[in-house]
Amino acid sequence: MLNINNLHVKLEEEEKQILKGVNLDVPAGQVHAIMGPNGSGKSTLSYVLSGRDGYEVTDGSATLEGEDLLEMEPEERASAGLFLAFQYPVEIPGVGNMTFLRTATNAQRKARGEEELSAADFLKQIREKAKSLKIDADMLKRPVNVGFSGGEKKRNEILQMAMLEPKMCILDETDSGLDVDAMKLVAEGVNALRSEGRSFLVITHYQRLLDHIKPDVVHIMADGKIVKTGGPELALEVENNGYADLLSEVA
Amino acid sequence: MALPQSKVDETTARIEGLTLPDGAVWANAARTSALGRLQEMGLPGRRDEYWRFTRPEGLNAVEAAPAAILKSDEPPMFDGIDRLKIVFRDGEFDAEASDELALEGLEIERLVDATSTDIHWAKEIFGALEARGQTPVARPFAALNTAFASEGIVIRATKKVSKPISLIYLHESEVSDAMLHFVIRVETGADLTVLENGPAAARFNKCMEVEIADGGAFHHVRAQGRDHERQAVTHIFAKLGAESVFKSFTLTVNGRLTRNEAVIEMTGDDGVAHIAGAALGDGDFHHDDTVFVTHDALNGESRQVFKKVLRNGAVGAFQGKILVKEGAQKTDGYQISQSLLLDEDAQFLAKPELEIYADDVACSHGSTSGAIDDGALFYLRARGIPKGIAQDLLTLSFLAEAIDEIEDEAIAADILGRLEGWLSRRRDG
Repeated sequence: MLNINNLHVKLEEEEKQILKGVNLDVPAGQVHAIMGPNGSGKSTLSYVLSGRDGYEVTDGSATLEGEDLLEMEPEERASAGLFLAFQYPVEIPGVGNMTFLRTATNAQRKARGEEELSAADFLKQIREKAKSLKIDADMLKRPVNVGFSGGEKKRNEILQMAMLEPKMCILDETDSGLDVDAMKLVAEGVNALRSEGRSFLVITHYQRLLDHIKPDVVHIMADGKIVKTGGPELALEVENNGYADLLSEVA
Repeated sequence: MALPQSKVDETTARIEGLTLPDGAVWANAARTSALGRLQEMGLPGRRDEYWRFTRPEGLNAVEAAPAAILKSDEPPMFDGIDRLKIVFRDGEFDAEASDELALEGLEIERLVDATSTDIHWAKEIFGALEARGQTPVARPFAALNTAFASEGIVIRATKKVSKPISLIYLHESEVSDAMLHFVIRVETGADLTVLENGPAAARFNKCMEVEIADGGAFHHVRAQGRDHERQAVTHIFAKLGAESVFKSFTLTVNGRLTRNEAVIEMTGDDGVAHIAGAALGDGDFHHDDTVFVTHDALNGESRQVFKKVLRNGAVGAFQGKILVKEGAQKTDGYQISQSLLLDEDAQFLAKPELEIYADDVACSHGSTSGAIDDGALFYLRARGIPKGIAQDLLTLSFLAEAIDEIEDEAIAADILGRLEGWLSRRRDG
């Protein structure tokens, strides 16, 4: 599904190398987790994959089902099936959540040459999906993320993911700012979307999210590289011993 | 202080070709008095404090500069709304195209008829609110209008009026120079909505005087057409009684020069005055909102919400004042003026003013200028929304606070449709 090969990335504005040769393969249907200390490049990786401005790829490649992601505009990546659940979802006053989601859903369908969803079909789908994430009608009507609590914002991200039905989902510290109940709800939303044709890359500091979203593979990232790859037990090791032990062992 | 000779000359030249309309004694007196005011203050010059952001030359000129007529492919404004239509072509009343001037709860007639009647309710308002609004800031084009405008409508609402009065200003001659004057009185407990739309003329001078009695409500929504080269100077003078409501929203897209002045005086306790505007300009566009709200009563609430979207050399100006007089305690005044600059050639000039003589009031004001937020743009694009549409959504998001000031949902939807149309005609890709 997602193939990252020797990816080198620096900040556009300054001579600062952030990613120093990332290699990563996420096969279809798998859930991979990336853990790592602050500043290791985890969020940068998610931004570079989704096409945010401000980064320069100096070497390497990233493909989604063989298509070169790095050549595409952000909206093209989304239509190709990439989805980033933001660590900090953006508030957009004056644009209703429904309008936003409908515009996005139909823009993607149009870009893929599919028929746009009718208002009725869209409404039916979104109501169903919102219900399972405990998102009420009021939250759907309100402007995008405006006045939402931290938990509501993250649930809203998962609702978008459920509506857009991407192939490759990147979750950037989706657990940050969530209490245990909210995290469970989000994890349930994610687990409901797990399927053979859909892959996940879960970026997190902590092991606790991975109790709820069980990964197939865990990668440890440090200083712009994947330094260790293993099974779910690797996350437990981090939880018990911290990154310092692990990193000194790798070094 | 004597006027500089240049102002005297310019004012003399401007009025030389104009004739004071002849009517009833009271109307003639009001017009002569307005002419006297104009000659005393003179036409504006660039050194005048309230004309530093806007060049008055095009309005001062004896002849109106020609303005091309835009062929619109959009359905007429407010088309789906049940309304009483009154049509002016280049400032001339068109009886054929207008509905019958009659509606339950309304006294409505042409200005020319009202000002020919010896005893008329409009006498107390015509030229009087305009004259009140001349201090402390001179508004010469309003005095010019009172003196010389012969055409317009006078409306007195005595109860809740069932449908809006829709003033339609068609622009059909490239060299037209029109003046219209409106006198409106909303009686106690009455509720009136006035809609205006259209460019009106190559050059348009409009003055509207609105008196709202205790407990009356006045709603006003206007759209100033889409013609690119037209120039307009408009004034609205409103005097609010106790527990009365005044709400006004203006949409301006295009237009070489627009100066919209509003002078709102709250004279009764517990009044509410909201005035809002959305202006979108691309290229040869200069748009100026000059607003003066006076609180002279207890517990008044006023809001000024002005948003401008500017690109490609367009200029926006805002001069907004809240004056809280001594004793106007518990005043709640709010003012925001913001511009969204879509490129580096656009310009926004703002002068917010607060002057407060009461000690128990809440007044806030803010003014900002900025570009489309990169983070928000990326968020929308990352959901698959193409860049151009994402920018338009964020532009509408920027304008939302002003649009929200329109109470009627159908009217707001129409305005929103015009905004979307304007944006989509300019969308990249």
